[in-house]
Amino acid sequence: MSKQLRVNPIDCSGHGVCAELLPELITLDEWGYPLLHPGPVPRRLERQARRAVTDCPALALALAEVR
Amino acid sequence: MTAITGYTALWYASRATGVVSLLLLSLVVMLGILVNRQGRLPGLPSFAVTGLHRSLSLLAVLFIVVHVATAVIDPYVSIGLAAVVIPFVSAYKPFWLGLGAVALDLIAALMVTSLLRGRISRRFWRGIHWLAYAAWPMALVHSFGSSPDLRSGGLRALAIGCALAVGAAGLWRLASTTRQVPRAQRAAITLEGSQPAGLARQARAGEGRAR
Amino acid sequence: MTHSATLPPPGPGQGPAEDGRQPMSGRQLDGQLPRLMPAHGPAPVDLQGHLERFGPLPYRGAPHRLIAEVEAAGLTGRGGAAFPTHRKLAAMAAGGGPAPVVVGNGAEGEPASNKDKALLWFSPHLVLDGLQLAAEAVGSVTVGLYFHRNPRLRARLEVAIAERAAAGLDAARAELIEAPPRFLAGEESALASRVSGGLALPRFKPPRASQRGVAGRRTLVQNVETLAHLALIARYGAAWFRSAGTPDEPGSMLATLHHPDGRMGVVETTLGAPIADLLPQPAQAVLVGGYHGAWLPADQAELLPLANAALRPLGAAVGAGVLAALPGDRCGLAETARVVRYLALESAGQCGPCFNGLPRMAGALEELAGPRPSPRVQADLERWSGLVAGRGACHHPDGTVRLVRSALRVFAAEIGCHADGYCTGTSRQPFLPVPAETALDDQDWM
Repeated sequence: MSKQLRVNPIDCSGHGVCAELLPELITLDEWGYPLLHPGPVPRRLERQARRAVTDCPALALALAEVR
Repeated sequence: MTAITGYTALWYASRATGVVSLLLLSLVVMLGILVNRQGRLPGLPSFAVTGLHRSLSLLAVLFIVVHVATAVIDPYVSIGLAAVVIPFVSAYKPFWLGLGAVALDLIAALMVTSLLRGRISRRFWRGIHWLAYAAWPMALVHSFGSSPDLRSGGLRALAIGCALAVGAAGLWRLASTTRQVPRAQRAAITLEGSQPAGLARQARAGEGRAR
Repeated sequence: MTHSATLPPPGPGQGPAEDGRQPMSGRQLDGQLPRLMPAHGPAPVDLQGHLERFGPLPYRGAPHRLIAEVEAAGLTGRGGAAFPTHRKLAAMAAGGGPAPVVVGNGAEGEPASNKDKALLWFSPHLVLDGLQLAAEAVGSVTVGLYFHRNPRLRARLEVAIAERAAAGLDAARAELIEAPPRFLAGEESALASRVSGGLALPRFKPPRASQRGVAGRRTLVQNVETLAHLALIARYGAAWFRSAGTPDEPGSMLATLHHPDGRMGVVETTLGAPIADLLPQPAQAVLVGGYHGAWLPADQAELLPLANAALRPLGAAVGAGVLAALPGDRCGLAETARVVRYLALESAGQCGPCFNGLPRMAGALEELAGPRPSPRVQADLERWSGLVAGRGACHHPDGTVRLVRSALRVFAAEIGCHADGYCTGTSRQPFLPVPAETALDDQDWM
């Protein structure tokens, strides 16, 4: 039971707040849209990931449960 | 609690926190517009804008709570607890305070939904958040009408300054909506910039983002 | 080997148990054509003709019952994804809650594909039968038919539905919903959005339409050709269906053929039919599967059957049955550039990577299609391909990347020629069909 980052590309407007808050897992492409590190979120980064999810101005980022 | 005859400390506290609340609310609205426009504060990362928007809104709510509490507790004017949330039922200046109650209700909705952000649907959160554009003018008019403080001097200048600043930010926000590329043409606009001759134009336009 | 009927079509009133027709020999794989297309020439079939040829609509009387037959038949979706139909039906039939919605998808979106239009025009009753049977199988009473806006086709379908209503045939009256002329209009979530009354814009998944589709209800979306096959499987059974096609990919299918001499036509053929038979004229390359498909060199394609088992290892797929044979006098890069430009303009404009990446790729291809392109262009193309694939709400970027990558592979020699300043193509006349009109605002997505 781990968590994985997911972005809704329709809601995402390329703000870039997520990449600033979670640079270990999120980088921005050349147009400012997030490139998510594949795979589960490491335990130690879960809190930061949750913050990135809440702080996304477009509410486009989510933390999904993956089996 | 200090007992002073005439204007009590509570009444002064209410007026003072009211002014600060108005100032903070104005800053919050402007920062909110800045977030929406993906603007930056010089030298600060994007999350500073969102973070400041949230922090100042929490601070504003704190000041509003003190502002309202002191007004209610203060025995000099008759403002019941009910009048805090139900508009136009207070004995003292029912209309102006009523506007304040409406603003408070709206701000409470904004606050609760924002605290529950991520747990409620995006559509619902956004829908409520639009009410900020209603809450702030209510707060402004409530401020001017409820207290003689803002009728003269430095405080009046401050209040007018807030109004102008938020108004300007609001107009900027409105203008950007009308200038926005229709979704159906977003790719076409980028295509236009992608023709070999347009590469320089595209680079200046900044990554062809829809904004 | 022809692709018209060489044997008499199935007679009326013969159900799965009464299969008294000719014995199935393993070699007569393309027998019994046409199945979906009219038996006597390209004339639309009315209800009477339909019932005379195929017999009555064989309702099963309860949900679920048809599904086992569909599973035995091995029917897969004919909309491009080739998903096993019985699994879609079973999943929808098994779900609880309010009754699901069933929508027949005839909005093929592909400019190069005409098979769904042709099927709806010539054999609407097969599709409408299939809709009723699918609805019964999954316990639905809300049924719709989705197709690109076309007044003449709409009129024909209205007549067909009225005929059926007069005859009391349909358990659930089919509603007609029109799609805008957009490439993505037939995408499953775009369909759900449009049928719900909104714009035909793809939505973010999850949830898929099978969970939350039309008006928030579970929705079964089936390509109209799949429904037509369903209507025949219900009458003649799995064994009959399997008498055409290959053991792994059974059945007949509709294909849209674009010949090098410019002729275009919809034919009914079988899965596994040799591509060389379908496209006998000499060509330099074949586009397999449509604008989200892949190019194959002609000398490779002409050795292949029209089957996923042979095509998938080469990066192609049967898809919605589009086969376009590019004549030798055209430039494959120029053709691909035109198509990719169209695909870029058909972006819904919802997802940053798509509406940023696809137009840039189109621009790069246009440069590649011209003389002496900048040396950066191919590297840019590959970088953008990597950046857009999988990052949209739908598979539009993915399909476009597949087309582009296949073009860079198949027309590699041509790229070399262009770098040296010359093109082997002698004709600039456009070959692949690309509509001129593009979307300007939300109204064009309605």
